[in-house]
Amino acid sequence: MSRIASRFAQLKADKRAGLVTYITAGDPDLAISYQILKGLPAAGADLIELGMPFTDPMADGPSIQLAGQRALKAGITVDATFDMVRRFRKDTGDNDTPILLMGYYNLIYQRGPERFCKEAAAAGIDGFILVDLPPEEADELKPHAAAAGLDTVLLTAPTTDDKRLPAVLKYSSGFVYFVSVLGITGTSSATEEAVRTHVERIKRHTSLPVGVGFGIRTPDQAAAVARHADAAVVGSAIVERVKAGLDDKGKAKPDLVPGVFAYIKALADGVRGVRKA
Amino acid sequence: MTAVSPNSFRTGPDERGHFGIFGGRYVAETLMPLILELERAYSAAKADPTFQSELDDLLEHYAGRPSPLYFAERLTRKLGGAKIYFKRDELNHTGSHKINNVLGQVLMAKRMGKTRVIAETGAGQHGVATATACALFDIPCVVFMGAVDVDRQAPNVVRMNMLGAEVRPVTAGSATLKDAMNEALRDWVATCETTFYCIGTVAGPHPYPAMVRDFQCVIGNETRVQMMKAEGRLPDTLVACIGGGSNAMGLFHPFLDDKGVRLVGVEAGGKGVETGEHAASLTGGRPGVLHGNRTYLLQDKEGQITEAHSISAGLDYPGIGPEHSWLKEMGRIEYVSATDNEALAAFQMLCKLEGIIPALEPAHALAHVIKLAPTLPKDNLLVMNLCGRGDKDVFAVAERLGMKIRS
Repeated sequence: MSRIASRFAQLKADKRAGLVTYITAGDPDLAISYQILKGLPAAGADLIELGMPFTDPMADGPSIQLAGQRALKAGITVDATFDMVRRFRKDTGDNDTPILLMGYYNLIYQRGPERFCKEAAAAGIDGFILVDLPPEEADELKPHAAAAGLDTVLLTAPTTDDKRLPAVLKYSSGFVYFVSVLGITGTSSATEEAVRTHVERIKRHTSLPVGVGFGIRTPDQAAAVARHADAAVVGSAIVERVKAGLDDKGKAKPDLVPGVFAYIKALADGVRGVRKA
Repeated sequence: MTAVSPNSFRTGPDERGHFGIFGGRYVAETLMPLILELERAYSAAKADPTFQSELDDLLEHYAGRPSPLYFAERLTRKLGGAKIYFKRDELNHTGSHKINNVLGQVLMAKRMGKTRVIAETGAGQHGVATATACALFDIPCVVFMGAVDVDRQAPNVVRMNMLGAEVRPVTAGSATLKDAMNEALRDWVATCETTFYCIGTVAGPHPYPAMVRDFQCVIGNETRVQMMKAEGRLPDTLVACIGGGSNAMGLFHPFLDDKGVRLVGVEAGGKGVETGEHAASLTGGRPGVLHGNRTYLLQDKEGQITEAHSISAGLDYPGIGPEHSWLKEMGRIEYVSATDNEALAAFQMLCKLEGIIPALEPAHALAHVIKLAPTLPKDNLLVMNLCGRGDKDVFAVAERLGMKIRS
């Protein structure tokens, strides 16, 4: 069983939903980004999304765009991202918390999907969430990911209707990521009712867990999602906490890392406060 | 890459939107259902004679087609080689070939019941054309334009505003065409149920490259008929500039299967391809995935997109339409480049020799014609697509040449 499947099985046994936290690899610099990564599980993250910065993040709002720019400026690379995960597994001894790479396909394409998947798996990465690889193009990654034991978490959107869902699910493993609003990351939020309706609809088509993201900012919103979905995904709001911890010169203030962890703890409390059947 | 030459170069893309390995639909899931809907709607429109006749009527009576095929006698004499014709798409309403495509897409928006149109623009020609068609059809229009381009193509910004469009300057990244396209895609992902995205070139996710090409093929189809009338035979050489590549594709595509017709695309060489500061994706890039398609891109080793450079805002893009990438690998089209300075010299030559102020984009094509024509025999019939006029560029060029505009 993959780390992702095991983690969701454990969450189910614990009768609660999970918290998926997104950070951008290398934001605001490699050292602090690693400090944050290392402390995420203790702060309350059940799964980790590690963003691979891309120069042209066409599905991201301003918060994640800026985080990517900070990281690229700080010198983040694919190898450095793999290295962060390798060190995380070694330094923390945490062999259970799933880490997924999130980003855009070109970085994988340039390295070659087969090589990228092998290297990612060897570094301790568990899967991919790729914004610009819909099922229509997923054939070029899926076999290599599967061979390396990596999950492919495809996105579903409010526009993905019942007719199209099976095509998305065919390429999905680990969990299904429901993008709860029409739009880019970190902008608007879905109503609890809309989340409930869509999650129920997706669950009619699959036994995979469903994670819901886009627009979750407060512990209450995280709790509302946790009532209906198997996991709540928070990204932009965390990245904004990183930015808030920078001084005028873009250097990290001493309270940056504790500030991020305190915020994640509050989100985790929100999620964990919901008892599931 | 070894490729078997197909019986026809004109049958692409396949049903998944691929030209060989290029093209495709690399977009967010949110957009996929809308892109599939557009593909179905476009197939239906192509089969509907009323759609084509409505478009033809607009092209003739509103845009002013056919555009003339003009024999540039003084330039021909000066260069002393090939017989040079210009396809005068700069005489279209709004001043460039962009209107050909926009009229088609805005008719599609109407057919699909969309109530808002968005577009990206570099030089502003596509933005102006879109603003124009949206005024005509009474549809609200938002144009995304890089802040650098807003500055260097100010006259077009004013025109778009006068036509009732909202111009949103984009400051992200290099603040040029690619960033405008990112921002348009970000808008579209939030508004796709009501909004039609009118892409200005033969790029983006399928079906855009094929659809925009089809709308631009009027250029080559007319050229064919006009050249038969003027010279009684097909042209020998066709030359066009390439940013995304829509004017070139429109001229070339109807001739792809005429083996005797030499096709030359001219990319923007910026300060020189060897300097790294250029926009020549095919010459200096390699295949990658951006803006919904796989194509040649300017990028670093990791796959991060690098900034293009060109004096011409319309060519200042690190990618190119996927069909061009395929035709390059098939060896059917030659791709070369012209530098900023060569384009500026060509711009000035055309003003004085033919009394035509070209846009900086086709000035790149002309720069190559200046090199190529003298090497060709006098009976070689060469057609260059003069795809835009230079009104928008006069201030930028004057500044570059150190001319005093006002005291």
